[in-house]
This record gives sequence, C-alpha cells and structure tokens, in this order.
Amino acid sequence: MSPSSGHGRTLAEKILARTSGVEELVPGQIVEGSVDLAMMHEQGAQTVAPFHQMGAEKVWDPDRVVVALDHWVPASTEGAAGLHRILRKFAAETNLSHFYDVGHHGICHQILAEDGWVVPGDLAVGTDSHTNMLGAMGAFATGIGPTEMAAVLALGRLWLKVPASISIQVKGSFGPGVTAKDLILRILGEVKTTGATYRAVEFSGPTIERLSMPERFTICNMTTEMGAKAGMVAPDTATFDYLAPIAKHAMHPLRADPDAQYERTISIDVDAMPPMVACPYSPDNVRPLTDVVREHVRIDQAFLGSCTNARIEDLREGAAIMKGQKVAKGVRFIVSPASTKIYDQCLKEGIIQVFTDAGAVFTNSSCSACFGGNMGILDREEVCASSSNRNFPGRMGAKEARIYLMSPAAVVASAIEGEIADPRALA
Amino acid sequence: MKTVLEGRVWTLGRDVDTDQIISGKYLTILDPEELKKHVFEIALPEFAAKARPGDILVADENFGSGSSREHAPQAMRAIGVGAVVADSFARIFFRNAINLGIPTIEAPGVRALFSTGDTARVDLGAGRITNVTSGRSIAFPPLPGHLLDLLEAGGLVEKVRRELEAARAAAASRGARG
Ligand code: SF4
Repeated sequence: MSPSSGHGRTLAEKILARTSGVEELVPGQIVEGSVDLAMMHEQGAQTVAPFHQMGAEKVWDPDRVVVALDHWVPASTEGAAGLHRILRKFAAETNLSHFYDVGHHGICHQILAEDGWVVPGDLAVGTDSHTNMLGAMGAFATGIGPTEMAAVLALGRLWLKVPASISIQVKGSFGPGVTAKDLILRILGEVKTTGATYRAVEFSGPTIERLSMPERFTICNMTTEMGAKAGMVAPDTATFDYLAPIAKHAMHPLRADPDAQYERTISIDVDAMPPMVACPYSPDNVRPLTDVVREHVRIDQAFLGSCTNARIEDLREGAAIMKGQKVAKGVRFIVSPASTKIYDQCLKEGIIQVFTDAGAVFTNSSCSACFGGNMGILDREEVCASSSNRNFPGRMGAKEARIYLMSPAAVVASAIEGEIADPRALA
Repeated sequence: MKTVLEGRVWTLGRDVDTDQIISGKYLTILDPEELKKHVFEIALPEFAAKARPGDILVADENFGSGSSREHAPQAMRAIGVGAVVADSFARIFFRNAINLGIPTIEAPGVRALFSTGDTARVDLGAGRITNVTSGRSIAFPPLPGHLLDLLEAGGLVEKVRRELEAARAAAASRGARG
C-alpha cells in the first residue's frame, strides 16, 4: 500500500526507507542509512589514516566488511605493494577476516556477487565507483571515497540524499550477436554520461526479467557511466535462485509500488537493435557496430576483461568464437577473468587453452588493462577494442590512445580481424 | 571557515573526469604532497607548477566524473585549491571534496562567467559567486545545513572525531553516575 503522502515509492526509496528507518521520504531529503555491507579494494588503504584520525577504536561490524585486492594483483609496483601491506595490517588489527588476498582474489564487485555478500534490500557501499553493479541484486549499492569509508567503518552508517529515480523499461528480444552490453551502450547513447547524475536508475520490463544475473550485472555496472548513484533490478526468481546457496545475510526483498513516481521514464524496444560500440573518448559516444566496421578501424590491442564483462559466460562466449582462429598479426589480445573462481572454471573447461592457442595472453584475475595503471597500457596513437566500461582520455594509458567499448563477442571478433569487427560475420 | 572566499580563477571544460585530474598511474601514491605535483596533468598541464593557495577552479558540467578516487580532491586540497565551482559535478567527486573540507559549489551557468586569470568571490552564506574582474555575478542554491556543518568542521574526519568523542564522554559520564 502507498504511504499517506499519496504516491507510491520507487525501489530506491523503499530500500532507503528500510535502512534509515524513515518511512516517509521524498527525493532530495537527506537521511542516515545503516550500511549492510561495506567493501574496500586497494583504495581502502586510504581509509586507514582517517579512521585513526577520527579516533575510531574498532570497526562497527567486521562481518559486514569485505576487502578484495584487484587493481594490482599480484603487486606490480612498490606503491601497490605498500597499499596491500597497509590493508593486510589494518585487517589484522581490526579483525576484518573477509579478506580476499592474492590467490583468492578477484575484481571486488565480482567477489561481492559470487560470494553472496549483497542481497535484496541491502544498502551496500564500496570504495569503487562501479559498486553500482550490485544493484542487480535488488539492492542500493553505491560508490564512496575512502574518507567516507573510514566514517562508515567507524559508525556503520552514512548520509545519503534520497535520489529521484529514472525508470528504464525494456521490451523485445536480442537478435543474433546482440548482448546485454549492447543494450547498456544503447541506453548510454541516449541518456548520456550526465543524464542520470545523482539519480537511481531502475530497470524493468520483459527483457530485463529474462536477463540472467551476469547480464544484469553488466547493465547495472555501467549505470555509473550515466552518473547514477545506483542502478538496480527488482529481485525475482532469478535473483533468489542465484543467491539461495550463497547469501551471506538475510534478504529484504522489495519492489517499487505500481504507482511509484519516476522523474523520467525511458522505453526501449530491443527487437531491431544492432550491436553497439562506444567510440573515443566517451562511453556515451555510441554508434551501431556496423557503421564503425565499415570504417576499418585498425586495432593494436584487444581486451576481454573488467567487472563489466569478464564472467564465465563472457569468456565461454569469447572462446566459442576464438576456437580454431588466430589473433591477427600485430594485435595483442589480453584476456583477464573477473575472479580466481572464474579462472579455475576456465582451466577446467579448456577455455585458457583456446585463447593461448590463438596467441592471446590469458592473465590471472585482476582489473588488468582496464584502468591504465597495472598492465596492458596503451601508447599514444594506439587503438584498443575493449569489453570494459570507460574510454575517457588516458583511461588505459596515453591520453591520445583510442578505446572502443563493445561486447565480449565483438572484442574477440576484432582481435581475430585486427580491426573492429562484427561477431556475426564470424558465426 | 571563512564564508566569503576570494581567489584567482582557473577555468576548465566539461566532463573533466578523475583520470584527467590524477591519472591512473599515480594511484599508488598516498602522500598528497607527492600527488599534488601531478594534479591536472592531463586537463590543465601548467596548473601544478603555477597554482597558488586559494586559487579557485571554475569548471563546466560534470566535473570529477569517472572513478571514486579521492586522490583527485586530495591533490587539489594539497595544492591549496580554495574552492571548486562548476556548472555541475559528478556525485562521488562532490562527496569526496566536501568530505575533505573543500568548498564545492554547484552553480549552473557559472563557467560562462569566467576566464582564466579573473578574480572570483564566492559567498557561501549568501549563495553568490561574483567575477570581481568583470563585475558579473550569479546566484547558487546555498549548501544544505549539514554540508555547511561538514565544511565548518573542516571535513568529515573532524566531524566524526567530535561525534565519537561526544559518545565516549556520554558513556563515561553514564559509567560515573552508575
Ligand atoms: S575492472 Fe575496471 S572498472 Fe571494474 S573495478 Fe577494476 S578498474 Fe574499476
């Protein structure tokens, strides 16, 4: 039933009402929310000093804190080794036992997803902007900075402005070669990188209901590129089936009211939607893949990795295209699974062999080439086809380097052809 | 904290993301004094060498988009940025900057009012930014009370420190009474 204010509530409003204890809330209002899950990666090293400066003596609830090393794994510079050492020491001192150290590591968001750390109705925060990905669980998940994380570790809560919500309703079926990545790129092309700033984005409709959890992770992941505070899908059978064996704490499944108030509603029909590419230098500079293919854009590097698209489903799909083919001469193809578990699965299924036979580099799990500070760094004038989420100047190395964002299938097709290519042509 | 700030202006374009403020290759640096040498290396290469404490940044839309890295506002604080004003901000940057105690003001239309080298006056209480050089000014919605409190305290660290101290004092006096 709707509250007496006369309008139904969105999923974001319901979760923030639950977690703040303020039943009647409206967009723009500031509430204090109790945190259900806090996640830190290497940036967490910067929470240690403010945590001590605040005079905090203990972490509010060590069982609700996950630390996952992912950006530089194993440490690739002295600086990174320092961050890891600071985090290990802090974790030991404050009894943070859910520490995914080298050997058990993975991209922080993937770790939260595959080990059931975020469940429906949660308020989850992480020291990474793509924490939005966990909204796919029907949770309110958002990125914060390390000083703010220090306050969360000390108090178990943080202030939040209740965001207005944008509803994105999707219907229709994907054609051959079209994926959830193409859908979110298509949406970015329309909403743009500032179109959802401070907003919560709620995906719904028959197409969304049919998406698997990994596909939902991909679309919620890139709500960050729209500026959104959170991106979410209401929990349903797919969510419960995924989480039932792994959920780490009690679920509070919530759904928007049928008369919820959205600031904006966007309707999308994917029936005739082609594969998409985000061209340099912005994730919203989106064009149909076929248009870009016609321009014969030569590539120097291809990257199949990142929290957006390096799950087992993505790597299986990529391997199916790669099998029996070779990476084009002059192209470096880097494949980096999103977690150690996915790496193990690739090993069992022979996926690693398929990629290495083709001449690709199959790395251990990490953020890898995604952010230009670890490996797979681009030089000036180089071009990369990538399954990741950002292509801003300097994102993967030199500021002149040109990054094209696309689906895993399109990345593999491009690695084979040596230029941006359409996976449908190889099928 | 002073509520009226005056400083020399540096202007920036739209969509200046955190990679352009502090590039990914510097993310393992923890010392803000070291970080500040690389601030705006991509977006405004001469800034690090020529910035003076109290300088005011005036940017177009979507300033600070991209990653959640606090290195960006930390480097800005270390070099002494007096305030950052923009047509609009990306949300994590806005939070991070306020949490570090940097006056961070959203004023749609402000970028068009300034050129690099102008002098800006920001009146946080009244909600007005004036280009002292040209005389033109623009109003902005004043920050909500709790954000002004945060700035007043000098940032989140100090605010939480006071809160924890008060809680400990209250617990101690309860203990003394009981
Ligand atoms: S994979 Fe890329 S986008 Fe994802 S957390 Fe790592 S650096 Fe960030």
